[in-house]
Amino acid sequence: MQAYEYIDAKTVSETVALLDEKGDKARLLAGGTDIIVQAREGRRTLDWMIDIKSIPEVNELAYDSDTGLTLGAAVPCYQIYAADAICETYPGLVDATKIIGGTAIQGRAAVGGNLCNASPAADCIPPLIVLNATCIIAGPNGEREISVEDFCTGPGQTVLAKGEMLVSIKIPAPQKNSSSYYLRFIPRNEMDIAVVGAGASVVLDDAKQRIVSARIALGAVAPTPLFAEEASALLAGKEISDAVIDEAAQAAQVIARPISDMRGTAEQRTHLVGVLTRRALNGALQRVRDAA
Amino acid sequence: MSEKKEYKVIGTRPIRHDGVDKVTGRAIYGADFQITGLLHGRVLRSPHAHARIVSIDTSRAEAHPGVKGVVTAQDLPAAEDKMADLGEGPVNLKYLCDNILASDKALYKGHAIAAVAATNPHIAEEACELIDVEYEVLPPVLEVRQAMEPDAPILHEHLTTSSLGDTEDKPTNIASHLQHKKGDIEKGFADAEVVIERDFVTGTVHQGYIEPHNATAHYNQDGQLTVWCSTQGAFTVREQLAEILQYPVSKIKVVPLEIGGGFGGKINVYIKPVAALLAKKTGKPVKVLMNRADVFEGTGPTPASYITIKIGAKKDGKITAAQTSLAFEAGAYPGSPVGAGAMCVFAPYNIENVLIDGYDVVLNKPKSAPYRAPGATNAAFGTETVVDELAETLNIDPLEIRLMNGAKEGDRRPDGPVYPRIGFIETLEAAKEHPHYTSSNGKKYHGRGIASGFWFNIGLESSVTINVNPDGTVNLVEGSTDIGGTRASIAMQAAEVLGIPAESVNPAVVDTNSIGYTAVTGGSRTTYATGYAAYEAAQDVVKQMKVRAAKLWEVDEDNVQFADGEFSSINGKEEQMSFRDLSGKLSQTGGPVVGRATMDPAGAGGAFATHVVDVEVDVETGKVEILRYTATQDAGKAIHPSYVEGQIQGGVVQGIGWALNEEYIYNDEGEMTNASFLDYRMPTCLDLPMIDTVIVEVPNPGHPYGVRGVGEVPIVPPPAAIANAIYDAIGIRMTELPMSPDRLLKALGKI
Repeated sequence: MQAYEYIDAKTVSETVALLDEKGDKARLLAGGTDIIVQAREGRRTLDWMIDIKSIPEVNELAYDSDTGLTLGAAVPCYQIYAADAICETYPGLVDATKIIGGTAIQGRAAVGGNLCNASPAADCIPPLIVLNATCIIAGPNGEREISVEDFCTGPGQTVLAKGEMLVSIKIPAPQKNSSSYYLRFIPRNEMDIAVVGAGASVVLDDAKQRIVSARIALGAVAPTPLFAEEASALLAGKEISDAVIDEAAQAAQVIARPISDMRGTAEQRTHLVGVLTRRALNGALQRVRDAA
Repeated sequence: MSEKKEYKVIGTRPIRHDGVDKVTGRAIYGADFQITGLLHGRVLRSPHAHARIVSIDTSRAEAHPGVKGVVTAQDLPAAEDKMADLGEGPVNLKYLCDNILASDKALYKGHAIAAVAATNPHIAEEACELIDVEYEVLPPVLEVRQAMEPDAPILHEHLTTSSLGDTEDKPTNIASHLQHKKGDIEKGFADAEVVIERDFVTGTVHQGYIEPHNATAHYNQDGQLTVWCSTQGAFTVREQLAEILQYPVSKIKVVPLEIGGGFGGKINVYIKPVAALLAKKTGKPVKVLMNRADVFEGTGPTPASYITIKIGAKKDGKITAAQTSLAFEAGAYPGSPVGAGAMCVFAPYNIENVLIDGYDVVLNKPKSAPYRAPGATNAAFGTETVVDELAETLNIDPLEIRLMNGAKEGDRRPDGPVYPRIGFIETLEAAKEHPHYTSSNGKKYHGRGIASGFWFNIGLESSVTINVNPDGTVNLVEGSTDIGGTRASIAMQAAEVLGIPAESVNPAVVDTNSIGYTAVTGGSRTTYATGYAAYEAAQDVVKQMKVRAAKLWEVDEDNVQFADGEFSSINGKEEQMSFRDLSGKLSQTGGPVVGRATMDPAGAGGAFATHVVDVEVDVETGKVEILRYTATQDAGKAIHPSYVEGQIQGGVVQGIGWALNEEYIYNDEGEMTNASFLDYRMPTCLDLPMIDTVIVEVPNPGHPYGVRGVGEVPIVPPPAAIANAIYDAIGIRMTELPMSPDRLLKALGKI
């Protein structure tokens, strides 16, 4: 592993200034479960590692039933599933935080880090997409916001420009009669990367018979996690039925453009998009029905 | 010997002698070893699966600050094309040396090319990138059937097929062809009323030991080479170093440190000679460690194979003939375990007419290394699947067909040996009576499978000395590195003889200068053969202490007897003294007592196992969940039942991994694309149920306590048992390992 300089940043503005000055050779350190491995294996070369865990804004975890959730970029997974209000409100995100790596990894790994690492197979990204999450980005020209589905631009690549950092993720307060669900397919039961991941959120009418709106997102079937826009749209206003769920699953399969690699074949992944989309939608629907 | 012998120590479950050090983190493993002035080595490995090495220029690396030395194959003594015997059979010395550092060709991605010693590991790693190697890249061959084709790329220009004693003159990748014949195969199939013939493919799998290979080497000013390392056999390391370095064994001391798993993979040496070369070049101690990718890409996995099995039987289930062709991937150099596979393939059954052909085939993968019952799991996957299909076709219970055809004492194995008392039938009966087998299993997409397995086990040489302490304890010195609780199982056999508690024996695994020759911990031999040596060494102690008692009591030696830890005098004078009390009187009666024994026992006795497994198949995703697993096994006599159970469970788990997900995945260029524990998918605890074990005890007549080796056979049945369970669940015969979700989806017609 090459030698690099470690910087313990205290503020967002200090970090932005450092990133602006050092460029590509500076990387941010939150949980470190990706960046340290990448540096050790020579997959990333860096001269500066900027630890952001001393910055207050990136450690914020606040839920308000009117304004929703503010999730600091460095908040580790375990804090999310340890918070009852989040488990109740955003179960799809909690599903993802509980399956990333293993218990030890979840103690370090941050949802924000998972997003910035921009793996096509990142477990947290599909649930963030279906929960309508937005990224709060700080940079040399001030703050900007972008929706999570537009954040990743390719494997390991994001919209973050020189000098920019992810500060936090905002998730709106959930609507009435809504819930979310995320699952992935892995050949084992832990310690794997998703062969395919699927997230779904649904809003039902008061009778819980009709879908008011839905969002579906997919992981590991394209260079970036995908928002399945058409599949989501065709559920709006429909009575719940197996047929309509199948239709959405098929529409989701259409946008998948997976590759074959050591984790799975393209045919397997396209097939699994259908299976997992159905299971994610049914999971989210069941959660709405189960809610008091 | 009586099957109902009463023992005081054997069969009990004392805490292992090395347990405290291990659970408190004090045990010193290879990577923990430190010594003053230590340099750190790193190996540069080939990025190509098959390439001619045109040139290697190390000058930039040598000039790099902090680098103290660089070595290549040029630093190895010129290797001759001669055979060296290294304990696990003869090995061609040129191949052995070329696998340590490639001289003319890189034959797999990960093949060691050069190595650097530097003041820290990071500098060594950086310097590796400064070594300029020019390669002429050649097309790789990555699959056994392709490698056997006449127009396949050739790995070794001078390799010709050694076939049934004759050598052909054309260069080929088929290193050898072996054959075993019994009876009249044509007649056997003519007599059959049902014949089933199937092809099987198994993947390349790794032992997956947690601790990567490691070695620290140092040459003293007087030329004495010391190597500290983790290994399955310090003496085999000494022998391999002596051959590779062309250095006398008398000048090499190998110190075995604690070992974090081996499963056969830590018998061959890789970086130990490299550490020695670097130590010689720099004049300093040098430590070389592998990382996980090095382990996958640079050390021997167990081979992929292509197997055909044809079995014929009468309608009543009696097998009349069995035929197989076993083509095993040796990796870059000859030496796959096809011979062992051929010994095991039909071993559980008494079949009159048998024909076995085996092929050892080189291709562009790491040279294969032993892995827990090498070759037997591949072979059993084929045989046990076909036997299951035979049972189904004839509408016979799969245990009954095995009981009907199962091998017994006096039957001849197809490759020659006649069985002594063995316990195969008893494992089948234990499975049949087990509540698992008698329980119902009727849910949709749930299935149950059974399979059996055999491993022959080996004896080989072992030495033990026992030093008696004045407080009645003993220090037991042995040369078998402990990879599975053998300190305890060996110590317990000495304790039983001496009539003292297991805790009163302090076992120590020592270096090659401190004990007589002891062969590798492999072949499930250690509790058997080193345990046998401990038994004999303890008998030697008893014999010598009887002399001391006779001296004390002024009686004739023949009038001293020893039983239950007490010496007593017979024929007249009433005297009695415990082992402990007599131990305190040694200095008055002639000085210390040291018992010693060396053994090379011939009666290892074979081990059999029968497994029952329930699975559930998710037909939408192709994923197989193991719901319940029961393994029955003949242990002969379980010295420490917990460690026998542990060996069975560990073997089953590795077999489950082999069955479901483990495999080397290659791209077209011959690069392994999953060289990490993330993507080489071994089972985790969340993938497994409790593995229930049933220890059957049919004593081995070749051991004083009836011990049979137990470590290897439990890996043999799982892939076939799981394949049979999948068939029961979804009606599809899986004939390719691993039976991973994508293969199941294909078989189900979903993709």
